[in-house]
Amino acid sequence: MSSFDPTADTTPEGAERQDEERRRAAQGEPPFVEAATPESRLAGSLREAAITAGIVAAITLFFFAFRTEIAIGGLELTVRWPVWLSWIAIAFVGRFLLSFFLYRADRTKASGAAKGARGAAAVGLGKVLAVVFLLIALTLPILLDTLFPSQNRYILDLAILILTYVMLGWGLNIVVGLAGLLDLGYVAFYAVGAYSFALLSQNFGLGFWVCLPMAGLFAALWGLMLGFPVLRLRGDYLAIVTLAFGEIIRVVLLNWADFTGGPNGLLGIPKPTLFGLEFSRGEGSFSDYFGLDYSPIQRFVFLYYIILALALLTNFITLRLRKLPVGRAWEALREDEIACRSLGINTTNVKLTAFATGAMFGGFAGSFFATRQGFISPESFTFMESAIILAIVVLGGLGSQVGVVIASVVMIGGIEMLRNLGVLTDFFGPSFDPTQYRMLFFGLAMVLIMVWKPRGLVSSRSPSAIYKEKKKIGADMVAQGEGH
Amino acid sequence: MSEMSPRWTQDPVLKVENLTMRFGGLTAIDSLSFNVGRGDITALIGPNGAGKTTVFNCVTGFYKPTEGRISLRRGRGVSDAMVDELTTSGNQFSRDGERSVFLLERMSDFKITEVAGVARTFQNIRLFGGMTVLENLLVAQHNRLMAASGYTIFGLLGLPGYRRAAEAAKEKAIFWLSHANLLDRADDPAADLSYGAQRRLEIARAMCTDPVLLCLDEPAAGLNPRESADLNTLIKYIRDEHGVSVLLIEHDMGVVMEISDHVIVLDYGRKISDGTTDAVRSDPKVIAAYLGVDDTEVDEVENDLDHDVAPTPAAPANAEGVRP
Repeated sequence: MSSFDPTADTTPEGAERQDEERRRAAQGEPPFVEAATPESRLAGSLREAAITAGIVAAITLFFFAFRTEIAIGGLELTVRWPVWLSWIAIAFVGRFLLSFFLYRADRTKASGAAKGARGAAAVGLGKVLAVVFLLIALTLPILLDTLFPSQNRYILDLAILILTYVMLGWGLNIVVGLAGLLDLGYVAFYAVGAYSFALLSQNFGLGFWVCLPMAGLFAALWGLMLGFPVLRLRGDYLAIVTLAFGEIIRVVLLNWADFTGGPNGLLGIPKPTLFGLEFSRGEGSFSDYFGLDYSPIQRFVFLYYIILALALLTNFITLRLRKLPVGRAWEALREDEIACRSLGINTTNVKLTAFATGAMFGGFAGSFFATRQGFISPESFTFMESAIILAIVVLGGLGSQVGVVIASVVMIGGIEMLRNLGVLTDFFGPSFDPTQYRMLFFGLAMVLIMVWKPRGLVSSRSPSAIYKEKKKIGADMVAQGEGH
Repeated sequence: MSEMSPRWTQDPVLKVENLTMRFGGLTAIDSLSFNVGRGDITALIGPNGAGKTTVFNCVTGFYKPTEGRISLRRGRGVSDAMVDELTTSGNQFSRDGERSVFLLERMSDFKITEVAGVARTFQNIRLFGGMTVLENLLVAQHNRLMAASGYTIFGLLGLPGYRRAAEAAKEKAIFWLSHANLLDRADDPAADLSYGAQRRLEIARAMCTDPVLLCLDEPAAGLNPRESADLNTLIKYIRDEHGVSVLLIEHDMGVVMEISDHVIVLDYGRKISDGTTDAVRSDPKVIAAYLGVDDTEVDEVENDLDHDVAPTPAAPANAEGVRP
């Protein structure tokens, strides 16, 4: 055994090892090499970012920095340093972020549970991120007032829209992410909530706060009604029936003109009040009561806090439910329905509660949507809405709460922000209209995210009960449920 | 006396009578009757395709049998008259103080586990792979926790009653984890465990439903000898310390002969032998079924077996699969 050499391919071990190295090399991974002298993560990332910035600077110098235009008597050279420098800065920051967080991140694989340190770090990061999000969300109206007073109303309106989608995403997350039941008709419950409130207020003169729980209840009832016929369905069939359900609701709303107003929709839906104080001018209004000057922004701030509270309620309840037997049963259902039944779990009830709970939050969001718009019509509840909400859930990572927030900000905020990319006209010429290309950019971004993170932005599951140590569970372990 | 009427006829926990299961034109089980004794480890063996798993699926409600009665009796001294009375009444189960009878063929699969107390494992392991080992065992206690959480409402409010129940459930899970040698893996996802550990986890999970009858479908399949031995210890522990009757399907004759009190042999959906391990091992019909010889040659084969390998308990395992 003295001549044993584990690297010689004459010994089985050596041959195996060489074969393994070849395979690794074919996969683009270096074979076993001496560990390089460790360079600090920050320094390395900065170095790489600087190189990237340098390359970008060299390549784009003549495209971005100089521009010649035909002028009288020859060409005229214009110099555009700011454009050039801003692209260099973008390249630097982008590469730095990629290097720091991605390429130079700890190499422990994110699968399974054997990544205690990184798992713990991820938990810490998730917590920090959640707290930061929450603080920003709570103080947003004040922040906007001080930072962007001119665009205050526009951004606040956008924030309200994003939060509506966050709430819808969280609601759908219960059905798709936790219970694993693919629902392509979620917008139906949004519509039920919106029309419940609109019809109740118009026919019985009820206000927003009375109608809000009722809208949730009605939507939950419709969730049950959808749940019954699809109990036995799996996979693609489930998806198609839920899709049909969403369309049925919309078509009924469109055609039952006597009741729903048909394509004309319903007008004059009352605005929410603060303990009876209206947000308008004159006697008995909010501004009058508190002795403030009337400003239309007050109503937006109020709406913003309503939807924030509703969304936080949704989140709180969902997080709570996950740790309760019903939430665990949802996840078990996603993992294996037959095993659930063998443990005495009534899967019918589990599915129905998932549909009803998800639908209830959709209903809340719907009635908020109605009161915000003041007008609803079936056009607001097309399949496109369902697709966007589902995309938010899938992009965020099935079952992840923070993921839904990030995905909503990216998707809804991103689509809006692309309208404002006037900067691009500098490169593509004045005839370039970014609004026309925004869906293209958006689609490209989605494809990229899915290539980079196929199981969504937050693709790990955190366990609902812990014995000693909380370990993240990689997405490759977690089943996706029916219809994926 | 015990020779004349063994425990499984005196005090059966499960009595299967004239069970027939047809899939279209195929008769998978043909008028099968057998008893499972209270506190016994009963093995259901037979060549591949004999209908063992079909029997299991009928007992645990995953199939509705075409004909037959499957009665589960909890508590000692349930008379046949009580079972007959329940059968004519049309109810699913009846209770009489400590004693209760359940007609399993009338109940749906999850009710059988929830109400009657029959737990099962699967031939191809069915764990909740993306959930941790601990969570798997908590899911198994769903019904009790659900009631304790006031169907979610008390739990949502975080009332102390539910918190106590949740603590108790966790303790119970930890108890079974320590007995299945899985405590150090409690926070790992179930899909990360080795095959043998997954088998043990599935049994521990089934035990968390507090069954009176535990049905194990090939628990030793794919285990190495050491893991098989651990499994035997676990099954015996469950029977001896928790008084749970065990019905198991097994191909590993080493396991069957070592731990079983009672063996039932199936072939082509019929029972060909029923008795203690010794009785079954020397039954010419069993040997014929496993070796695939004509009845006329049975004596000859039996003699050969006695000479060569019969002293070792694992002998039939070698013969397994030789059937034409």
